[in-house]
Amino acid sequence: MSPALPDGIPVPDDGALPAWVGAGPEGAGSDDHAGRDFGVYLHVPFCTVRCGYCDFNTYTASELGGGASQASYADTALREIELAAGVMERAGLASRPVSTVFVGGGTPTLLPAGDLGRMLAGVRAAWGLAPGAEVTTEANPDSVTPESLAQLAEAGFTRVSFGMQSAVPRVLATLERTHDPRRIPDVVRWAREAGLAVSLDLIYGTPGESLDDWRTSVEAALATGVDHVSAYALVVEQGTKMAAQVRRGDLSLPSEDDQAEKYELADELLTAAGLEWYEVSNWARRATGDGAAAGPDPAFTCRHNLAYWRGEDWWGIGPGAHSYIGGAASRTDQAHVSSDRPDGPQGASDDPAAPAPGGREGVRWWNVKHPRRYAALLEAGKSPAAGRELLTPAEAHLERVMLGVRLREGLDLSVLSEVGRRNVAGMVAAGLLDGRAAIRGRGVLTLRGRLLADTVVRELTDG
Amino acid sequence: MSPIPSAQLSTRIQPAATPPELLRNFCIIAHIDHGKSTLADRMLQLTGVVDARAMRAQYLDRMDIERERGITIKSQAVRMPWAVREGGDPDDTSAPLVPYALNMIDTPGHVDFTYEVSRSLAACEGAVLLVDAAQGIEAQTLANLYLAMENDLAIIPVLNKIDLPAAQPEKYAEEIAGLVGVDPSTVLKVSGKTGMGVTELLDRIVEEVPAPQGDADAPARAMIFDSVYDTYRGVVTYVRVVDGNLNPREKIVMMSTKATHELLEIGVSAPEPHPTKGLGVGEVGYLITGVKDVRQSKVGDTVTNAAKPATEALGGYSDPKPMVFSGLYPVDGSDYPVLRDALDKLKLNDAALNYEPETSVALGFGFRVGFLGLLHLEIVRERLEREFDLDLISTAPNVVYEVTLEDRSVVTVTNPSEFPGGKIGEIREPIVKATILCPTEFIGAVMELCQGKRGVLGGMDHLSQERVELRYTLPLAEIVFDFFDQLKSRTRGYASLDYEPSGEQAADLVKVDILLQGEHVDAFSAIVHKDKAYAYGVMMTAKLKELIPRQQFEVPIQAAVGARVIARETIRAIRKDVLAKCYGGDISRKRKLLEKQKEGKKRMKTIGTVEVPKDAFIAALSSDGAGSGGKDAKDKSKK
Repeated sequence: MSPALPDGIPVPDDGALPAWVGAGPEGAGSDDHAGRDFGVYLHVPFCTVRCGYCDFNTYTASELGGGASQASYADTALREIELAAGVMERAGLASRPVSTVFVGGGTPTLLPAGDLGRMLAGVRAAWGLAPGAEVTTEANPDSVTPESLAQLAEAGFTRVSFGMQSAVPRVLATLERTHDPRRIPDVVRWAREAGLAVSLDLIYGTPGESLDDWRTSVEAALATGVDHVSAYALVVEQGTKMAAQVRRGDLSLPSEDDQAEKYELADELLTAAGLEWYEVSNWARRATGDGAAAGPDPAFTCRHNLAYWRGEDWWGIGPGAHSYIGGAASRTDQAHVSSDRPDGPQGASDDPAAPAPGGREGVRWWNVKHPRRYAALLEAGKSPAAGRELLTPAEAHLERVMLGVRLREGLDLSVLSEVGRRNVAGMVAAGLLDGRAAIRGRGVLTLRGRLLADTVVRELTDG
Repeated sequence: MSPIPSAQLSTRIQPAATPPELLRNFCIIAHIDHGKSTLADRMLQLTGVVDARAMRAQYLDRMDIERERGITIKSQAVRMPWAVREGGDPDDTSAPLVPYALNMIDTPGHVDFTYEVSRSLAACEGAVLLVDAAQGIEAQTLANLYLAMENDLAIIPVLNKIDLPAAQPEKYAEEIAGLVGVDPSTVLKVSGKTGMGVTELLDRIVEEVPAPQGDADAPARAMIFDSVYDTYRGVVTYVRVVDGNLNPREKIVMMSTKATHELLEIGVSAPEPHPTKGLGVGEVGYLITGVKDVRQSKVGDTVTNAAKPATEALGGYSDPKPMVFSGLYPVDGSDYPVLRDALDKLKLNDAALNYEPETSVALGFGFRVGFLGLLHLEIVRERLEREFDLDLISTAPNVVYEVTLEDRSVVTVTNPSEFPGGKIGEIREPIVKATILCPTEFIGAVMELCQGKRGVLGGMDHLSQERVELRYTLPLAEIVFDFFDQLKSRTRGYASLDYEPSGEQAADLVKVDILLQGEHVDAFSAIVHKDKAYAYGVMMTAKLKELIPRQQFEVPIQAAVGARVIARETIRAIRKDVLAKCYGGDISRKRKLLEKQKEGKKRMKTIGTVEVPKDAFIAALSSDGAGSGGKDAKDKSKK
């Protein structure tokens, strides 16, 4: 049901990384691998029910067969953690302590808090946790108690992100969310009492949701006093139940204009309440100081997600999880303008022992989707990776722009090609990029620009 | 005994030495899917000129497009031997066999090629009128039949496909017998597929088609009825000798241009080329002079001998005149030189094709191309795309207008964007005489359609109780618009149409311009009748609103006549173009989406500051606007 995995090239059975990943200009095994942070994502592919809009890789108990039960899942995931540590070591990547851990799903809190704790312990054992590491789990508001939250904090979790989605029962019903919205203030309070930082996820643009409904939801989230909110436009993915409902005409999709209006309203309400955007869909409490200009307090942002947008390294554990390890010489804010493709990924040498092929910029891979197959591969001592891609400079450049421009800190404009740089002025004139930031050499989206971010990316990667 | 002449008999019908009384020149008049090519195949087999092994279906249709679409574009001539008993009774074995040389001239079967058909008919003394026994006669066949009768050709009415379960030979025999003026019992019934009745047909051709007549001692005069470019041999010219004779190595003159050429080769097709010692009175064959362009060997022209030239050309010659114009533009602007070279090559084999470079603000560099009609347009376009791997945008086809300004100067308009501004005295547009055949139940629907297309009823005749022939005068512009599609849909496919140019008329026409954000998009300008300007404007603006994606700013689309806006739509500014969620697992997918969008951006034409997908041009210019020409080509699914 989840989105199809990308097309890629095969991964060796042992999951070995291409040798060039570890061979930097300073020689293999540099301490911090080109100065990048390392994060771990842990996927928990279970839910009690599947929501109609959800296209994530998740399964209800009845959908699964032998070898992939919820009870044995933590042990299976621990095997991949062990394998991951071995693969990185063999690639010549010196062990870096993990900066951030994020447990997502599915519904991670369907697993006993003890299992989540054991997986976290596995991460700690494999790589160690950096001092002040951020450890987040997603949670369903109806699958936590004060006790389970305290247990998570006890196990080392520092942050929890609740899938609130909406405060309006009718909207929750359309989304097929089962939780009682009245529980939200309670779960937020419990989490805070347990010493956890809290984020609330909201969805706008659900069929039938009015602008007032959306206002109600944002205000309800803010009323809890949370320091972090993520707000996403509903995307009806192919293959979901909701897509079928739309096709049949049982539900009608909101227009893009409606979604734009709701985004603008969210930004207005959140900013007024003291939260600042730091990524297109994420807001965090403002740092004390010079008002809005100060931007969000880094302490309240989600560092794990920032790592995705900044091009750090991460390993995704679990069925369908993606991973990314940058090349020895590449880093997000490093100038790189080359747009030639030395060779397509299909034609590239995939021999892990081969030297770095011309200008490879990183490797991304993804695991098999089904938990049973995932468990079987690990059981057999094999990598659960289903395929991978070796990024060409042009691909890496496009990703760098596409991810970097989403951030409030903006994109280093010096990484752009000549044509891309020439298009900056047009984007400023069109009101999509901030003019003052552009003068400082940063590509920072305006409010309108955030809604047209893909337009901006296409312009900046022209030529 | 075989009706194929023996070797001994064959000596009497050698090319260049066959007495006219042993020659029979005929053609087959048929609608495009009535089985002409299959019947011709069968004749080739029965006369022994092509053996079964070498036989391929529709032997004479050489171009791929012809074979695929089951239509004949270029005609060919084939010489076939045949023998009949003296006295004409095949069972009278005591009568000696007499050999004959039959020349079958395969005529093109479409309305766009009326002139070529008329020249093919002029090369014959007889015509086989071939009608599908399950469908009855069609309008184009009827038009060609009238043409043949005007030329005093002997007509042999034949019903084909009588092996089909749906055949109604009695009914249609009556219909065509009525048209030709013979007794229904004399209508031959054949099946090109099984070969049934084909022997009798060949006998009947010998019996009924008159032998050619001409003056063997007069200066040579031969009429060109086809001219084909061959990559290896240059132009192959097909002629019918009327007077005198033509011989190898002698010098010939094209009477319309006075150009002199040496005859490098002369021969007959059987159906592969066979060089001969020449061609005599009444004979049909080919000439090769080494010229490389069919324009130097024009259909309808008279060939004579340079040493002993004729003083008077044979009648009936006229230059091919393009009736329909369309702009052809490469989707990828860098393909312009490829398009130019491709047109230059096609031109070698298509005397009716003419073109001039043209620049469009919206579409860039291209050509304004003149065609005989819509099928011709479609064939040329398809050949360009298929044989030269080009991706083309063609603008809506239009006709030629003569615009007289107030100062009495006259402007010929082949492209709506050249339509003069300012005070206009008179506009004249080409008109056609159209013949429509349809079942009687659809008379009302057809009349309503023709009325709406500014048609004037000229007359109506019943072919039978169920079928009627309607004659209209219509503006050609209305026919190139969407007439044929509408005719077919209003008559559930039963109506057939033929038309021929019939001069011009003054009309109340205006040019409608389309403006995108105030920028004039020349490719969408159209010349329409004043009463239809509003409808065109509304249709085009609405269509473009659907086809052009939302931009960063609001884009007004206007239709205007002169400075007066007659229709308006607005494309609202895009407000959201961002994927809200973009985490680790989304990155590859999202990057690939952007790569695809960037690829799509390359297929955009920028008009002013508005990005218009090239596909939008194609969509806006096709469907309703154009391209009904080839719809009556054979439907492949029927086979």
